[in-house]
Amino acid sequence: MSSPKANGRELTFGDAIKEALAEELRRDPRVFMLGEDIAEAGTTFKVLNGLVEEFGPERVLDTPISEPGFTGLAVGAAMTGLRPVVDIMFGDFSGLIMDQMMNQAAKIHYMSGGKLKVPMVLRTTMGAGRRSAAQHSQSLHAWYSHIPGLKVVVPSTPYDAKGLMKSAIRDDSPVVVLEDKMMYKTVKGPVPVEEYTIPLGVADIKREGTDITLVATSSMVYVALEVASLLAEIGLSAEVVDPRTMTPLDKPTLIESAKKTSRAIIIDEGYEQYGVTAELASVIADGAFYYLDAPVKRIGAMNVPIPFSPALEDLTIPNAKQVFEMAKMLCGRM
Amino acid sequence: MTIDREHWLHIYEQMARIRAFEEQVNELYTGAKMPGLAHLYIGEEGIAVGVCETLRRDDYITSTHRGHGHCLAKGASVDKMFCELLGKAPGYCRGKGGSMHIADQDTGNLGANAIVGGSAAIATGAAFSSKRLGNGRVAVCFFGEGALGQGVLYESMNMAQLWKLPVLYVCENNLYNEYTHHSETTAGSMKARAEAFGLLAVEVDGQNVREVFEAAQRLVERARRGAGPAFLLCHTYRYHGHHVGDINRAYYRSKDEEQEWKTQRDPLKLLSAWMIEHQLADTGLIEQIEKDVTAEVSAAAAYALNAPFPAPDEVNQHVFA
Repeated sequence: MSSPKANGRELTFGDAIKEALAEELRRDPRVFMLGEDIAEAGTTFKVLNGLVEEFGPERVLDTPISEPGFTGLAVGAAMTGLRPVVDIMFGDFSGLIMDQMMNQAAKIHYMSGGKLKVPMVLRTTMGAGRRSAAQHSQSLHAWYSHIPGLKVVVPSTPYDAKGLMKSAIRDDSPVVVLEDKMMYKTVKGPVPVEEYTIPLGVADIKREGTDITLVATSSMVYVALEVASLLAEIGLSAEVVDPRTMTPLDKPTLIESAKKTSRAIIIDEGYEQYGVTAELASVIADGAFYYLDAPVKRIGAMNVPIPFSPALEDLTIPNAKQVFEMAKMLCGRM
Repeated sequence: MTIDREHWLHIYEQMARIRAFEEQVNELYTGAKMPGLAHLYIGEEGIAVGVCETLRRDDYITSTHRGHGHCLAKGASVDKMFCELLGKAPGYCRGKGGSMHIADQDTGNLGANAIVGGSAAIATGAAFSSKRLGNGRVAVCFFGEGALGQGVLYESMNMAQLWKLPVLYVCENNLYNEYTHHSETTAGSMKARAEAFGLLAVEVDGQNVREVFEAAQRLVERARRGAGPAFLLCHTYRYHGHHVGDINRAYYRSKDEEQEWKTQRDPLKLLSAWMIEHQLADTGLIEQIEKDVTAEVSAAAAYALNAPFPAPDEVNQHVFA
């Protein structure tokens, strides 16, 4: 695990992201941010509070409620010398901006034979559990990951979120960063004061183990870590692997872990059908086939629109009990 | 008014080059030598040339699926254009873009776009960069009247006016959204749509290149000095079908209508008649220009037909920058 030497300093997930943005805004005058209520309001999640005071409204730009328009504006600005960071409040609004991302941003470098570049970052949110119902709760990173030309980042810790965000802003390709909105304030972790970046495309082993591999993304890393603790109590050693980026995907680390443990479960908060879990399971099934002692299993969000009622919503999100039972079964402990 | 003979001869030559290019495309396509789709610009040449002749080389344009004319008017060369249309390696995009995606950063061409209205926000973003970087560049967004149905155009106009961006939205109203007359798709006034956002909106006869040029010059200069975006509505006509394969058009427009535009309102004929009337040219000179561009276009097409295709390993290149 890439363990930061933070000398005791801890930041929340949201503050780590804000620090990454502030550092990049200071470092490079071409960087600017745009989105709905990101300036004085600091976003609806209050993640960007204070940035407009330091950088001014030209570089922390409030936009009309026109997601396709300002996302497309960012694509054009990125093609012509700026490095925009677009803020899309809820990942569910991806439906509004998809033409700009999948037909424009993702394809312009390729379609122009490498002449034009689109160095932009799209920040948006994912994650259910906030009682926000079907249009404010989805985890749609699979949509972006399906499109060649987009890089996709799903950080799980403050340390990763900061280091990956800085790399995303410096990347010459369009990068989509999906932040779990439930983690902004609740997740806290070590973040060094010293400057650092984390390269896109390098998975991180969040806990080492020998009996089963739990591949988990974003907030599901915490579910996997909880399951690993439960498994330890019954004498099973679980390895928790966080891919950190969907594209580029660190296939070797996933495959090597599964070869070592001979069992794997993939946990992701996107819808299970045709989702991230299927892709990652196939990578492991293909790459570690001769080392596996059990079928590769996967758990995603239930294939239903996310319901409002807390009694129902919680059923749709992968949980530790589910994963624990599945892990025991794969390890022959049922 | 002082008349600059070289200027109008150059404009005529550019329009004639586009027409010759498109006629050659038609020939290649119907001769099964060109893969894919071809949307011809014939009949609309006065708009691309009239607007682009008011621009600096480093000004930006974005174009459409019917974009060959815009690319050429902005300074693209016919040989690299044909190579791109045929999917050949020396093409502007190494054959990866094709007819609907020609981009050429050396002439400020940010790319043709195969999504109707797809470049409205991109052009606005280019204007945003110009303003932010203070480089004085203007962005021109070409689109057909079909794009008036796309919401992103209005979102873009709204932001352009809010932030006084140097962008000119040029609407080429060739009457038909593909195979449907605009009266069946577009309510209210086209011009008032832009005026609602406070844009300066100007309406011209797109077949009269002099009128297009004069209006564009005024609006581009205005944008360049920071006075904000504008909307230029140009009335025009698409001589051919929506694409080359659209042959039987009687169900949506009459042969008489097509004939009337071709004989009475042709942009090349109107300009050559005006030049001859003002003794800027005679019939011989006009014919010579047409002969020269036709020869240039034929040579370029022959070059492209013989040019190599990209190597197979290029398929994986340029996915990421």
